[in-house]
Amino acid sequence: MTDVPQDSRRSARAEASRRAFYRFRQSRLSMVGATMVAVVVFFTLFGNLLAPYPEHVRGGLNTAERFQAPSLAHPFGTNELGQDVLSLVMAGTPVSVAAGFAVVLIGTVLGVVVGALAGFNGGWIDDVLMRFSDLMLTIPSLILAMAVAAALGPGFVNMIIAIALSWWPGYARLVRGEVLQAREEVYVAAARAIGASPARVLFRHILPNIVSPIIVKMSLDMGFAILTVAALGFIGIGVRPPTPEWGTLLSIARNYMPDFWWTAVFPGMAMFLAVFGFNLLGDGLRDVLDPRARR
Amino acid sequence: MLEIENVSRVFAERKGMFGTSPGVRALHEVSLSVRKGESFGLVGESGSGKTTLTRQILRLDTPTSGRILFEGEDMARLSPAALRALRAKVQIVFQDPYASLNPRMSVHDIVTEPMLIHRGILGLNRQQRTDRAAELLDLVGLGPQHLYRHPHEFSGGQRQRICIARALAPGPSLVLLDEPTSALDVSVQAQVLNLLIELQQRLGLTYFFISHDLGVIRYLCDRVALIYRGEIKEQGETQRLFDAPESDYTRSLLAAMPPDVRRVAGR
Repeated sequence: MTDVPQDSRRSARAEASRRAFYRFRQSRLSMVGATMVAVVVFFTLFGNLLAPYPEHVRGGLNTAERFQAPSLAHPFGTNELGQDVLSLVMAGTPVSVAAGFAVVLIGTVLGVVVGALAGFNGGWIDDVLMRFSDLMLTIPSLILAMAVAAALGPGFVNMIIAIALSWWPGYARLVRGEVLQAREEVYVAAARAIGASPARVLFRHILPNIVSPIIVKMSLDMGFAILTVAALGFIGIGVRPPTPEWGTLLSIARNYMPDFWWTAVFPGMAMFLAVFGFNLLGDGLRDVLDPRARR
Repeated sequence: MLEIENVSRVFAERKGMFGTSPGVRALHEVSLSVRKGESFGLVGESGSGKTTLTRQILRLDTPTSGRILFEGEDMARLSPAALRALRAKVQIVFQDPYASLNPRMSVHDIVTEPMLIHRGILGLNRQQRTDRAAELLDLVGLGPQHLYRHPHEFSGGQRQRICIARALAPGPSLVLLDEPTSALDVSVQAQVLNLLIELQQRLGLTYFFISHDLGVIRYLCDRVALIYRGEIKEQGETQRLFDAPESDYTRSLLAAMPPDVRRVAGR
């Protein structure tokens, strides 16, 4: 019986996101970070297809051309097996980024579940869950990853599980703190007063209001996760050759420093740019989404 | 309709590392009864237990002792399902309209949420809920064009109207008004008060009106109770209480009122 205009819905949402995007654009560093992340994402999607020497990515050798310095044919030079370093770096992007993203995602899901349960319920549930996550925090992630690799065998999936296991307590702490704060909001009391179930209060009223700090932490963590994945590759318990992975590439190249510097410098640069880009993006997102946390 | 019988609420003392924090007696033997269709005012200064009492009535908190009966039923003895059904009948408008609306939800979602939760009782489908939300916005003087806006796009007075629409959504018979105008500009206060009076007449609502503003209480309420440090000092007809106060506390409170408020007559 009453006409509800539909356009006001669109205009209000569009206006809010337009404002957020404007503020984001005002910061040059944020835009640089976003651009770098865009490049990383591009190579994550198309790195394998665009690699100039796809046969090298699959493990093919060309011993006649080993340790060639950077040239037009091989802009990043070639390695000890005569493989094109540019192709390996490009093809290594999806491995590193996917592993980093998987780690952050699993860590976030586990952390949100544990943190939300602890913060929302309080009492002994809170105590047990938070002491357990404190315990997990005390185990160094590399040692845990080595233990998991020893128990389950090295490999891509095991590596991700191992890192994620040491990753979630940070999220659990963040989410618990945010939930404790949001739980005291008047609109939460209002929701309980209208008869909302605890699940409804948590999922509809508390969690949507603490998404911003979680997203910010995720984007800041992406860089560290990529580094951790590379570190595991470096010490030889992560991704195994011939699958190209930045840390593994660096680990092998270490033996040929400093004479054949290009075998190490270019994978290192790729890692540096990816980590730096995600950090800048995270800082920018924090300023837009979560201004309180700005230091 | 609402009987509060000897309700006390004591916040227990806490033993911490640095000594014991003493217990707080927030409510002591409070007894009130609110009749159907009236406006009952509760006056008290900050920290006197007004808000604690509303939390007991809403069962957001449990009294240490005493009973609260709504339409003859002891709220503490209700099953969880019965309590949820009862929550459709007792609604609240909070003091701070800036804090009491979820910033992530549109006005539509805010106003339809009580209908969604109580759909078992109300029996409204999605389209009917949207239509009713639009009607409610009309009723509180906002208009359905605001349905898909978010709370941050509204002024304090408009937000309080949204809160009123949300409170009316499940079809309550008793509405608790916890200082609904004290966070608003003076010019807006009068508009919201008049809206509340109009709604009461149209919908036959019972109000439990909490305030520290005696002028507002006098304007709106049929009967009043004064609460001081968790105890009811006096209660009775508004006119009688203002004209012939019985307790010393009431007299000192009335003496502290600015003269124009004392003179301006009620309704």
